Amino acid sequence: MTNHWVDIKNADVVFVMGGNPAEAHPCGFKWAIEAKKNRKAKLVVVDPRFNRTASVADYYAPLRSGTDIAFLGGVINYLLSNDKIHHEYVKAYTNAPFLIDGGFGFEDGIFTGYNEEKRSYDKSTWKYQMGDDGFAKVDETLQDPRCAFQLMKAHYSRYTPEVVSQVCGTPKDAFLKVCEYIASTAAPDKTMTSLYALGWTEHSVGSQNIRCMAIIQQLLGNMGQAGGGIGALRGHANVQGITDMCAYAQNLPGYLKAPTDADKDRASYLAARTPKALRPNQMNFVQNFPKWFTSLCKAWWGDAATAENDFAFDYLPKLGGASDTLSIFNAMYEGKINGFFCQGFNPLASVPNKRKVGDGLAKLKYLVIIDPLATDTSEFWKPHGEFNDVDPAKIQTEVFRLPTSLFAETSGTFTNSGRVIQWRWKAAEAPGDSKDDTEIIANLFLRLKAMYAKDGGAFADPILKLTWAYNQPYKPSSEELLREINGKAIKDVLDPKDPTKVLVKAGEQLPSFGFLRDDGSTACGNWIYSGVWPQAGNLSARRDNSDPSGLGQTLNWGFAWPVNRRILYNRASADPSGKPWDAKRTVMKWTGAAWAGNDVPDMRPNAAPEEMVMPFIMNPEGVARLFARDMMAEGPFPEHYEPFESPLDNNPMHPKNPKAKSNPAARVYKGDMEAFGTAKDFPYVATTYRLTEHFHYWTKQSRINAIMQPEQFVEIGEELAKEKGIANGEKIKIRSNRGFIKAVAVVTKRIKALDVDGKKVHTVGIPIHFGFKGATKPGFLANTLTPFVGDANVQTPEFKAFLVNIEKA
Amino acid sequence: MNMNRRQFFKVCSAGLSGSSIALMGFSPTAAQAEVRTFKLARATETRNICPYCSVSCGVLIYSTGDKSKNSQGEIIHIEGDPDNPVNRGTLCPKGAGLRDMIQSANRLKWPEVREAGASEWKRISWNEAFDRIAKHMKADRDANFVAQNADGLTVNRWPSTGFLVSSASQNEAGYLTVKALRALGITGLDTQARI
Repeated sequence: MTNHWVDIKNADVVFVMGGNPAEAHPCGFKWAIEAKKNRKAKLVVVDPRFNRTASVADYYAPLRSGTDIAFLGGVINYLLSNDKIHHEYVKAYTNAPFLIDGGFGFEDGIFTGYNEEKRSYDKSTWKYQMGDDGFAKVDETLQDPRCAFQLMKAHYSRYTPEVVSQVCGTPKDAFLKVCEYIASTAAPDKTMTSLYALGWTEHSVGSQNIRCMAIIQQLLGNMGQAGGGIGALRGHANVQGITDMCAYAQNLPGYLKAPTDADKDRASYLAARTPKALRPNQMNFVQNFPKWFTSLCKAWWGDAATAENDFAFDYLPKLGGASDTLSIFNAMYEGKINGFFCQGFNPLASVPNKRKVGDGLAKLKYLVIIDPLATDTSEFWKPHGEFNDVDPAKIQTEVFRLPTSLFAETSGTFTNSGRVIQWRWKAAEAPGDSKDDTEIIANLFLRLKAMYAKDGGAFADPILKLTWAYNQPYKPSSEELLREINGKAIKDVLDPKDPTKVLVKAGEQLPSFGFLRDDGSTACGNWIYSGVWPQAGNLSARRDNSDPSGLGQTLNWGFAWPVNRRILYNRASADPSGKPWDAKRTVMKWTGAAWAGNDVPDMRPNAAPEEMVMPFIMNPEGVARLFARDMMAEGPFPEHYEPFESPLDNNPMHPKNPKAKSNPAARVYKGDMEAFGTAKDFPYVATTYRLTEHFHYWTKQSRINAIMQPEQFVEIGEELAKEKGIANGEKIKIRSNRGFIKAVAVVTKRIKALDVDGKKVHTVGIPIHFGFKGATKPGFLANTLTPFVGDANVQTPEFKAFLVNIEKA
Repeated sequence: MNMNRRQFFKVCSAGLSGSSIALMGFSPTAAQAEVRTFKLARATETRNICPYCSVSCGVLIYSTGDKSKNSQGEIIHIEGDPDNPVNRGTLCPKGAGLRDMIQSANRLKWPEVREAGASEWKRISWNEAFDRIAKHMKADRDANFVAQNADGLTVNRWPSTGFLVSSASQNEAGYLTVKALRALGITGLDTQARI
């Protein structure tokens, strides 16, 4: 979230699309209710189902699953054609005035530079026109036809209310009503917050769904303000923290882009990741990249990381190609992976196309499950009737299952969706012989280290020299680890303006990432967390919930990254002269000498407004991007593409161009394209989702949750039920081109057929939480049905829109 | 005023204020009629966070025992932490069932192995588990480590073993896992963030 949970109460409009927080995040959603109660805020919901969030909304509109860009593109068009934008903000704080390269264009659904064979773009024209002064060219009047504003306006002019209705199935008047609510926050003193979750991410165009909202919030001037921003309502209690630690291939802790085969040495690696400012006077904060990266190398390899060996640059593995859950399981399916670990992760249940995942696991030499519970994945080899129909004798994978502790049995930090890092205390011992995750990792690592020290082997240096100065090496404590994450001075850190002045003494904890150096004098495990454990102690354990601002900022509760800032981009909450857009909800203002207010400024504290230092300090432009340059795989402006399994024969936006039917830049593996079904055999749109009584495939192991929601069901509309002769409570079979599940039919008024492109489209709703292990009634895994294709940028699977057929079981 | 014998003595021994209550004519009701005491009054309270969704609600965990060396505490109750500014004491239907998760019948209690082709689990010691897994890892790493790519560039990666890192773990465990995996050269790692 750019803002945080409590801040939702400050909104004038709460716009929920791509999420269902009343069910999935109930205790956070109470802040939307507070906004309604105390500010007379309007809650607006757009979703394929009339869900529980919709049931308490001021307005609800339906849409066909997988058509969010068509809907939001229509909103952008509405705001631009009805002049419902925050002009001063758009002009000053976005790249609307920036001139775009003359070669860039868009034709019938495809942007310039497309390579059909590679399913990717040459993005060399997706850029700004550069002036002789080395800065991007701009037209402050926004009139130049090549400025981002005009190109955007032309791009979205096709998204008329009629087209929105044709593609999404949303009645035109309902769409226009939603537009009116959203447009009401174009006023400088009104804000809208956008709440989304997996309903936007789990599509082959997921990232572009969110880009649409980023554009809308910039046009409305809603970023940085109390009650504004974009709220990514994330999954697990610590999925934010583990993302920040970058437990995935593309980044190192703190979102430092990992080295790839394109980086030949440290110098070129740093040069490629350290941008130059694109406009005068901008902070261009990522210019500090070398400090963050060098401090990470020092935290990991200590004295072995020296200027002479490029600070151990070659100790880091270089990424050779795609590496994400889908690509890893595809490689496993092709027999290219020998060993695999699942730490608190149940991929047989949570990765699409269960059959492919199971076949992949069966090709492994060894599989290690590290989990508190007996997961479905741990028994992928074991027959569980028709739910898991396998022959163990044919599966040669050696499977280990290691018991680990649960949240209540460890101390340490979780980071919530609002980026607040909070300390937890251990309440009990884990059962039996369970060990903590850290202890298991430490034991495996130290055993390998001993083997490499004794026998040698492939490139042992990074293993032998990894810093491991924990009091109990086999059991590092969370306190030691959080201090390492925060970072410390290795040598005295000197004031660059006055080298006789010592800012941080050698050995002391760093006060923040502002003190990191690229000369090897500082160590820091994750720069964005720096400040959480300064010399004064553990700030994540702070429990002062006082709120003098009344805005819910609680600056002394836990510690928010970065530097305890609660609202990102908060300099944008004030106009260019430094005066808050809404004085009643002041987040930040210019006092005449400094930036101050009810938060930690997201700006150099002494940057006077006349210096024109813009609020988006992580961008070399200093402003937000309406035109995304070359940052996205499928284009600088979001464009509607159909899901890979669509009930339509073509993309109604580009009916004559089959290349533009589905995301032209999405990766599809051999065999998976063939496994897509067509509307002829599978006429109904299916979408998967959560229930309020369950969390993923986890709570099915908990008795009380299993009592509350004991068995797999699917939801179908009354009209479809009647057509198929299915009665409420009857058992039905749901088939996709990849498999089938059986479930109880719940016939409901909450899902209605939609009129899409002249065709009636029915939706089948499939809750995900059930499986063959646990306290719930044994059943099928919902992801038996789902397609093996992901978003083109981050490869999040398309769980939310695919095709099925149904019949009586 | 209703109190049992133990509470009565406790109050009396607290000093003057306690004694004066007795002097004012209050006396304990008969011990035989003792009602069940409020369990949580003598429980140990620990502050933690619900592990389910990313609201990360503060919880109070009540357990028996006082965390002294020889007392094996058991969690008897979990409720929302009223001090937490986000959830303010509330829990949803998921979080309300936390105790049943911790005490699930499906908790794993010791390391096990399912041998190749076998149809059942077999209990093994931690030592055997670590030993066998580490041997698998080293054999695979030594056989498949890529020091240089086809162009002769140093890449130092181990592509044939993958790892899914838990988003249900705390930051410190995640950090240590990432640190160890990167040092081993693993590039096939991912977490629930993408799924």
